[in-house]
Amino acid sequence: MSHISVRNLTVAYNGHPALRDVSFDIPDRQVTAIIGPSGCGKTTFLRCLNRLIDVNNSVRVQGQVLIDGEDIFAPRADVMSLRRKMGLLSQKPQVLPMSIFDNVTYGPRLHGVRKRAQLEQIVERCLRMASLWDEVSGRLRAPAAELSVGQQQRLCLARGLAVQPEALLCDEPTASLDPISAQSIEQLFMELKNDYTVVLVTHILRQARRLADYLVFFYMGELVEHGPAQQMLSNPSDPRTRKYLEGVIS
Amino acid sequence: MRALMMLSAAAVVGGLLILIVVITVQGAGALSWAMVTQLPSGGYYLGKEGGLLNAIVGSLLLAGGATLLAGVLALPVALYLQRDYGGDTRRANLVRMSLDLLWGVPSIVYGAFGFTIMLYLGMRASLLGGILALTLVVLPIMARAMDEVFRLVSVSLKEASWALGATRWETMRSVVLRQALPGLLTAVLLAFGRAIGDAASVLFTAGYTDNLPQSLLDPVASLPLAVFFQLGTPFPEVQQRAYAAAFILLVLVLLVSVGGRLLASRMSRFSADR
Amino acid sequence: MSSSSAPPDMQPPQMRDGASAGPPIDADRPTGGRLRLVMDRLVTGAVSAVSVAVALLTVSLVVALLVRSLPVLGLQSLAEMITGTVWHPLQGKFGFWPFIVGTLWVTVLAMLLATPACILTAIYLAEYAATGLRAVVRPMIDVLAGIPSVVYGLFGVLVIVPLVRDRLAPAAAEHLSGVPLLAPGKVSTGYCVLAAAVVLALMVTPVIISVAEEVLRGVSPGVREASLSLGATRWETVKHVSFRIAMPGLIAAVVLGFARAFGETMAVLMVAGNVAQLPGSLFDPAYPLPALIANNYGEMMSIPLYDSALMLGALILLVVVLIFNLLAELVLIWARRRSSQ
Repeated sequence: MSHISVRNLTVAYNGHPALRDVSFDIPDRQVTAIIGPSGCGKTTFLRCLNRLIDVNNSVRVQGQVLIDGEDIFAPRADVMSLRRKMGLLSQKPQVLPMSIFDNVTYGPRLHGVRKRAQLEQIVERCLRMASLWDEVSGRLRAPAAELSVGQQQRLCLARGLAVQPEALLCDEPTASLDPISAQSIEQLFMELKNDYTVVLVTHILRQARRLADYLVFFYMGELVEHGPAQQMLSNPSDPRTRKYLEGVIS
Repeated sequence: MRALMMLSAAAVVGGLLILIVVITVQGAGALSWAMVTQLPSGGYYLGKEGGLLNAIVGSLLLAGGATLLAGVLALPVALYLQRDYGGDTRRANLVRMSLDLLWGVPSIVYGAFGFTIMLYLGMRASLLGGILALTLVVLPIMARAMDEVFRLVSVSLKEASWALGATRWETMRSVVLRQALPGLLTAVLLAFGRAIGDAASVLFTAGYTDNLPQSLLDPVASLPLAVFFQLGTPFPEVQQRAYAAAFILLVLVLLVSVGGRLLASRMSRFSADR
Repeated sequence: MSSSSAPPDMQPPQMRDGASAGPPIDADRPTGGRLRLVMDRLVTGAVSAVSVAVALLTVSLVVALLVRSLPVLGLQSLAEMITGTVWHPLQGKFGFWPFIVGTLWVTVLAMLLATPACILTAIYLAEYAATGLRAVVRPMIDVLAGIPSVVYGLFGVLVIVPLVRDRLAPAAAEHLSGVPLLAPGKVSTGYCVLAAAVVLALMVTPVIISVAEEVLRGVSPGVREASLSLGATRWETVKHVSFRIAMPGLIAAVVLGFARAFGETMAVLMVAGNVAQLPGSLFDPAYPLPALIANNYGEMMSIPLYDSALMLGALILLVVVLIFNLLAELVLIWARRRSSQ
């Protein structure tokens, strides 16, 4: 299991800082929830971890994100295998324009798995892990777009698991789901955290309370406070954290 | 004001409908089975036996070849205009602007340009020359249409693929192209429709002949020119055939255009929701 | 590593040492990864190379036509040829003025006919028409935009020319005699400026409406609703809000239509009459520049300098169209800057 640590990370869009000098270690095999008001840099931070931040070419990143001691922003870093290691679950489920089966095997095939039997094995295993197997096992060839939104999000999770990630980055993964689908996704996180490091960006404080082992609070691009969830929720040390938890700032 | 608007809308749509009706009535009246299955025989241009098969086949070859060639060129250009490749760089903006300019260049100018190049190469009017000139005509149309289609593919969808460790090209090939396929098909058919109806560019470059071409270097007939030449003769029987040729052309264009739209809407089954 | 709350049928995921379910993904294997990256770079290179080549096409169009026109340009000055009124290739006289004037007459008249109707129709479709009606008319307009120009030309020959010859010209001769431009000079054959303009107007209509409607639909509903909620009527909203925001796009639509009409060859060739003279009225024949080029391609190689002069004609056409398109482009860029400030 890889260990992620962030050192003096600073990000600016067109000269406007979005993250300022962020340093902390993400605990392994736990759910780390990143909380904070909108525009505080949560999503920017998450996008640094798999370097999707590169997509925006007016962005400047300083500092380091170390995975097992290696800086992912180093010039010679292998972005493709980094992204394989960091699974992503986005706000709105983004199913690929292909069948359910092909959605799951898309990643493994990119990374060189070709054998039919192996691919079928991966599909079943990952769909089971995302507890979607029972619902779709009879129609794996159907277009993924025909699934309900909740099912699509679980398919995206299965697709992410299929490339054997080491961490799961989740950007408000329940934001576009109905309460029941959201609950099933949350349930999955509880199961997955035994094997994966989960980084969860959320603006729902209650979700953070339910799921998080570790809490990180961002405010206006700054890392204000981080620590074990219980401790931070019951006894925040910074007044800004307290105000946010009390709902005074949101 | 509103009445005035409805009046002008009715006038515009009505005028265009009258056009279709007139061409259909005149053309269908002059049409016969021989027209579409036979080559022109000896006294064809005096009103004797024969048909337009040379022009029909010629037009299909010209438009098909040009669409294929333009597609091969337009696809990379449209990709380059996406943010993942050239994006918003100055060079991409220059390409975009050139496409806009090329889009507006009259086809007679492309014909003259093609003719110039052919003179330089020592080529005669031929199927190949016509295809090249027509390619220039439809290239900007296709590239712009494809650019717009690609632009509809959301960045989040591409990010989903990148996040799995796919390269830009792998994402383009397996996700973006597939998502955009119905739109791309419409763009291709749009270009085919334009190519088959264009006369001014093939006038210099493809020539006209009563035979079917045996090679790329043979001259070739086309439907628009068949309309034009036959209308120019003093014989009413031959002029009738111009109407028939125009009707065949109109039907082909409408088929391609309407068919393309239907096909595209049917193919969008696999596209992810936007 | 076991999942405590997993459903009974769920296998425990095995990560690193998984022999049974662990698919052998070996992404750190250097060659496979590098090959994929090389492929990515290759495609990027190819894509930008093709794009730059296509962009250079504009320049090569101008250069190639210029090179071909040099022989005739070496004999007479450009200004002399553009303003010259005598076209007599056998005597080496290449005066383009009648053709330029013919083109302008036909195009300007066509735009005068088409623009108001197109803008009104676009406003109607974008702002007033019921969704059902628009759903029918919009695709129809797009289909019509694809109809070949020879078909429009044939329609002109079959309907517009007889209409002008048998109805409009006699009527104008009766009621408008003495009025400059409108009174027919002599008996009109119907093949004239007016017929060509009507055909062209009909032809550019779908193009202009299509672009203009899209531009108007692009005006955000929020702004429109803001105006309506202040008590403005629909027309007032269109006039003061939608129209103003969409203005640059509408101008661009009209310029596009103009460029299209200006360079249109076949339809005009079929109905304009093609007499190399300065038209004195709408009912006189004209000889637009594209028609000149198209009509004489056959004999141009047999008379010295003829081909060079015709290529110069094509060059003039190209330059004018390029200038108009550039202007449209600049209007749009300027508008975008203004709205983003």
